[in-house]
Amino acid sequence: MQLTVWTYEGPPHVGAMRIATAMKGVHFVLHAPQGDTYADLLFTMIERRGARPPVTYTTFQARDLGTDTAEIFKTAARDAFERFDPDLMLVGASCTAELIQDDPGGLARALNLPVPTITLELPSYQKKENWGAAETFYQIVRGLATEAPAPKAEGAKPSCNILGATALGFRHRDDVIEITRLLNQMGIEINVAAPMGATADDIRRLPQADFNVVLYPEIADTAARWLERQYGQKAVRTIPMGFQATCEFVREVAALAGVDPEPVLAQHGSHMPWWSRSVDSNYLTGKRVFVFGDATHAMAAARVAKEELGFEVVGLGCYNREFARDVRACAAELGVEALITDDYLLVEETIAALQPELVLGTQMERHIAKRLGVPCAVISAPVHVQDFPARYAPVMGFEGANVLFDTWVHPLVMGLEEHLLTMFREDFEFNDAAGPSHLGGHAKVEAAAQPAPEPEFVPMAAQATTQETITVVNWSPEASKELSKIPFFVRGKAKRNTERYAVEQGLETISIEALYDAKSHFAR
Amino acid sequence: MSDAVTLISPNSEARPVLRERGQREVFCGLTGIVWLHRKIQDAFFLVVGSRTCAHLIQSAAGVMVFAEPRFATAIMEERDLAGLVDANEELDRVVDRLLSRRPDIKLLFLVGSCPSEVIKLDLSRAAERLSTKHSPSVRVLNYSGSGIETTFTQGEDACLVAMIPEAPVASEEAPASLLVVGTLPDIVEDQFSRLFNQLGIGPVHFFPPRNSQSIPAIGPNTKFLLAQPFLGETARALTERGAQHLPALFPFGAEGTTHWLKAAADAFGIPELHFLAVVAPGRERAKRALEAQKQHLAGKSIFFFPDSQMEPSLARFLSRELDMKLIEVGTPYLNRQLLSAEMEYLPDNVTLSEGQDVDRQLDRCREAKPDLVVCGMGLANPLEMEGISTKWSIELVFSPVHGFDCAGDLAGLFARPLFRRSVLKV
Ligand code: SF4
Repeated sequence: MQLTVWTYEGPPHVGAMRIATAMKGVHFVLHAPQGDTYADLLFTMIERRGARPPVTYTTFQARDLGTDTAEIFKTAARDAFERFDPDLMLVGASCTAELIQDDPGGLARALNLPVPTITLELPSYQKKENWGAAETFYQIVRGLATEAPAPKAEGAKPSCNILGATALGFRHRDDVIEITRLLNQMGIEINVAAPMGATADDIRRLPQADFNVVLYPEIADTAARWLERQYGQKAVRTIPMGFQATCEFVREVAALAGVDPEPVLAQHGSHMPWWSRSVDSNYLTGKRVFVFGDATHAMAAARVAKEELGFEVVGLGCYNREFARDVRACAAELGVEALITDDYLLVEETIAALQPELVLGTQMERHIAKRLGVPCAVISAPVHVQDFPARYAPVMGFEGANVLFDTWVHPLVMGLEEHLLTMFREDFEFNDAAGPSHLGGHAKVEAAAQPAPEPEFVPMAAQATTQETITVVNWSPEASKELSKIPFFVRGKAKRNTERYAVEQGLETISIEALYDAKSHFAR
Repeated sequence: MSDAVTLISPNSEARPVLRERGQREVFCGLTGIVWLHRKIQDAFFLVVGSRTCAHLIQSAAGVMVFAEPRFATAIMEERDLAGLVDANEELDRVVDRLLSRRPDIKLLFLVGSCPSEVIKLDLSRAAERLSTKHSPSVRVLNYSGSGIETTFTQGEDACLVAMIPEAPVASEEAPASLLVVGTLPDIVEDQFSRLFNQLGIGPVHFFPPRNSQSIPAIGPNTKFLLAQPFLGETARALTERGAQHLPALFPFGAEGTTHWLKAAADAFGIPELHFLAVVAPGRERAKRALEAQKQHLAGKSIFFFPDSQMEPSLARFLSRELDMKLIEVGTPYLNRQLLSAEMEYLPDNVTLSEGQDVDRQLDRCREAKPDLVVCGMGLANPLEMEGISTKWSIELVFSPVHGFDCAGDLAGLFARPLFRRSVLKV
């Protein structure tokens, strides 16, 4: 048993729903009790979908157990087929139905429905949402993409599939548009984009493409590997998130497609490199950032943070163990230890102990950061209604690089403002408790909610002692007061460094002198 | 108003009810934790379930409730299914970890789920064992919020039933007291407290209490009012403890609230004139507030999908006080006894439905083209996309809607979607 407050991923059948909902003409019959229908609202509320997910739940009850749950399943499947007339049926069981072992696959076969029906084995007590999505997509591809490609017509344009976008994905909608545009500019045709927007027939046509672009390995890696084994379709694995990665992506695609990357690279049109080099961005240098999310987005974000914004990555992690090895390697390159966990409390402890100046994370980390008074930008699922903006906001491709710059820099205090805050830290209305001046409404709420940000840090750091032993040093009242004059966005770092210094020096109490000694000690 | 308490009607049984047994689009009883954990401030709810259960609770409120929650899930894994001995050991370990993290917890609920029920993990024995182990600092109770046994608000019913044995026994000599049963927002409790005080009814206690250490004594001289229509099992358990139920309309709207208060006033022998004098100002305020909302609602048709069991009571309020036209009133479960008064007050031409077959109900709904649909969050946007205005039913459980001073707000919840549609030009 695992004690869980918040979960990063839902159960595997929610992953299957993400595939079914993303596609067209698919219906999923899920053997599950009524409460499991909550999953519909993820799609209709968070993503604001204007149609119900194509899912029929059997909603068996206690009184049905041991008598006719199998019959209920058959009725539900038959009714769903008649009502929705799908081109492809998926059948599966949620956690509860898995225990009663009704065998939805066998029951569905017995119905002899005149459409392909794919049985999903979704081990709820071992696996999670992303795995369920990947497995579902793989089973669909394996079940339908059975015909080898027809020989290519002479002079036909190179073509590819874009794989991995689903319902409830972080910015998937706009990423696919952005990457489609980019590939088209390179003279490459999109054969099929799947699962998002694809029909059963589209899946059948997947082998026709020259190669695959795997945008979201969490979802599409298993299917892409199968396509490669089966039909020799190579996969582009660079994730085009950030300016450099997008350039690399263009080169990798160009090599596979046999086209020239230079024209597209020459007119990329991205503002991001210049925005980052312009003097105003100097103050971004060395900002300490903690990165956490799904492996793909976290690794890409860490690289952008370090190489394209000049931040210092102080922590990197992911919640999906399937990709732990990649994240560990990436963290090692950055010289930090990878945090591989789906324990929200451990992530909170880690952030509290590291005291970063910016958190790039999921909605979970956004909450943690809010509690700790640290700015945050969201980079990965799990998503929230705010992660589906009305405007076009990809995070991939050249436009995506612009979006990353804006959304990560926006929560921070601006350059000159930072200096003014330092110079006049006791100004009664222009002080750090008021928050960044360009985030007006927000700042007021926070200022009201936490009149003294300082005590926030103390219990949090103390809490971290449950993990590792941190020697707690006393602050003299004067030093404590001096610390509180340091602007909030560097206060965490100053406090941490001073305490480390005090421990190293064997000081029992931190005086004002010790505070400034530490400052010079750590000056670089 | 003296007819206010003659509630049982011979006709209520005769009313036809459409019973359906198809796909239900209703939450399970675990959802009640979302409001219960805020109400009882020293209680913690530990769901013993699956990842699905954990995901449900964090998604059910529509957005995550992110203040440090007093609930969590012990997610069962493959090895917990191997044997019950191991599962019990695991549960003990999880509870130890939890209690050491949260020393402020005085009352721990082990909440059963579908998986724990199906593998027959005996949570009542686990609760006893853990209670002994952690006594006296923590009491451990259990109830089931599983989706195979409970829908949405029945979780609160089950939770309250589990708490009743914790109430001290009030002796036969104890003076008469009033118990108001069902989670109410603190502000509504305060509003009712003032009214009961002015009426001269007391002592008055609320159940569940804000703190587990102050569970009121219950005995033969306890008279209780249900604040919510979904508390049938709680009513039964209280009656078994000797307490006396005061049947009434539920306190929604001016009429419902008057009726509800009158049931208490009569039971406590409050003179009619005094009663009328005390309720008059509130009732007038409520009526004035309703008048303002009526312009948006009068004559409009409404269709309820089943959700909280509050549907018949709300339908009665909307039809009688705001002149709305009821098309279908769906409820997951129709407690004929508790709702007999409500059913009497419903017009004859409304379809009452119990249970659900969501696809067929959607067909009926589209066919009827109601002006407003009350439904769960899974159905709301899809119906809006089809051009039908909706009100999410979960808000009716989460907002202050009881009593005179919330009557206008309650009507406002229904009026807002219609008003919004009338102002939007996009
Ligand atoms: S219906 Fe059952 S399995 Fe589903 S969330 Fe509710 S208790 Fe858990």
